[in-house]
Amino acid sequence: MYAQMVKSEGTAAAEMSPEERAFQDRIDRGEKIEPRDWMPDDYRKTLIRQMGQHAHSEIVGQLPEGNWITRAPTLERKAILLAKVQDEAGHGLYLYSAAETLGVSRDELFEKLHSGAMKYSSIFNYPTLTWADMGAVGWLVDGAAIMNQVPLQRTSYGPYARAMVRICKEESFHQRQGYAIMMKMAQGTPEQKEMAQDALNRFWGSALMMFGPSDKDSVHSARSMAWRIKMNTNDELRQKFVDETVPQADYLGLTVPDETCVWNAERGHYDFADPDWEEFFEVLKGNGPCNAERLQARRDAWENGAWFRDGLNAYAGKAAARRAAAALAAE
Amino acid sequence: MTRKEWPLWEVFIRGQHGLNHRHVGSLHAPDAGMAINNARDVYTRRNEGVSIWVVRSLDIAASSPSDKGPLFDPAESKVYRHPTFYDIPDDVGHM
Repeated sequence: MYAQMVKSEGTAAAEMSPEERAFQDRIDRGEKIEPRDWMPDDYRKTLIRQMGQHAHSEIVGQLPEGNWITRAPTLERKAILLAKVQDEAGHGLYLYSAAETLGVSRDELFEKLHSGAMKYSSIFNYPTLTWADMGAVGWLVDGAAIMNQVPLQRTSYGPYARAMVRICKEESFHQRQGYAIMMKMAQGTPEQKEMAQDALNRFWGSALMMFGPSDKDSVHSARSMAWRIKMNTNDELRQKFVDETVPQADYLGLTVPDETCVWNAERGHYDFADPDWEEFFEVLKGNGPCNAERLQARRDAWENGAWFRDGLNAYAGKAAARRAAAALAAE
Repeated sequence: MTRKEWPLWEVFIRGQHGLNHRHVGSLHAPDAGMAINNARDVYTRRNEGVSIWVVRSLDIAASSPSDKGPLFDPAESKVYRHPTFYDIPDDVGHM
């Protein structure tokens, strides 16, 4: 997902201290944990990692789409894309501010992203080659994100849950605008339809990877699910995504690039092939097609904006000093 | 040179005329004016508000979770503060 393979730590039930037991009981009762409440260190650490990774994904996620703002086919499409990319920045900020309630600062999280100590979702390490990719990203990438984010509105950590509520309200626009682009392309000239099919072909596998490795290889799930910071298993969400997306592709007259993808009446689900997990782990390691470019763009934005952030700080300091002097003179 | 981080501000939005300002989240900004500008962009992109308050997070005093008992438990035994505590015969009519 936007947070993939988040390492969680924690102790088995038998080894829990009375405080940890009471904490787990609160979560089991469905109570929300708030910033100043007692929480196990591992809960705090795991959440900082997960929310940080989620926030970084929103921020880095602006880059593949930012690529097309200046080349959108119409002014209306450009305005829509700008609004969407601005939303992603907003989502990143909601999540950083929620993460900050756990005692980490936003600048610390930025440093960790820029040094490579923290990750962002693998999906944003793929290039966006044609305008149809803007459709595929909205439809598939935001669609996959929604699958994960809707249940997270009920997560145990109050600030995270509230940020998710806000994000989910806006995310639906993202998916629908993407699908609208796909509809337009699929109903267009044969070349346009081909572009739409090509975008689907390239994003299908990497969208499936967004949910993280298969449950049998997902080592940190149990602890996070007990803490209600992960609400469903990776495979559950991936299946749900395929079940919803295949009929949408049918409607477009496009074909999911997986010959084994057929309705299985017995299971009541679509069967589908695993994405290329080797590729997934390579991308996570930093060897995807755009890893270096994305990280460099982030570092450049941060470093080249430093003089401006410092300038505003200096102005704020001087203005405060002027106000203090004026107040003193008036006494 | 160690960089100075922009301070954190808590943001409160009045959603509609006649309602209270409500806490919606926080953000970083160098001063109050920029905090309001940023709050407009971060928290009101879809007509969510008609007014914004910002306050430095450092300036907020909050009760501690451990004070919950002493602060709020005493109210539990004072049921007579609620109108439902009093039985008024139906014959009296609406009250």
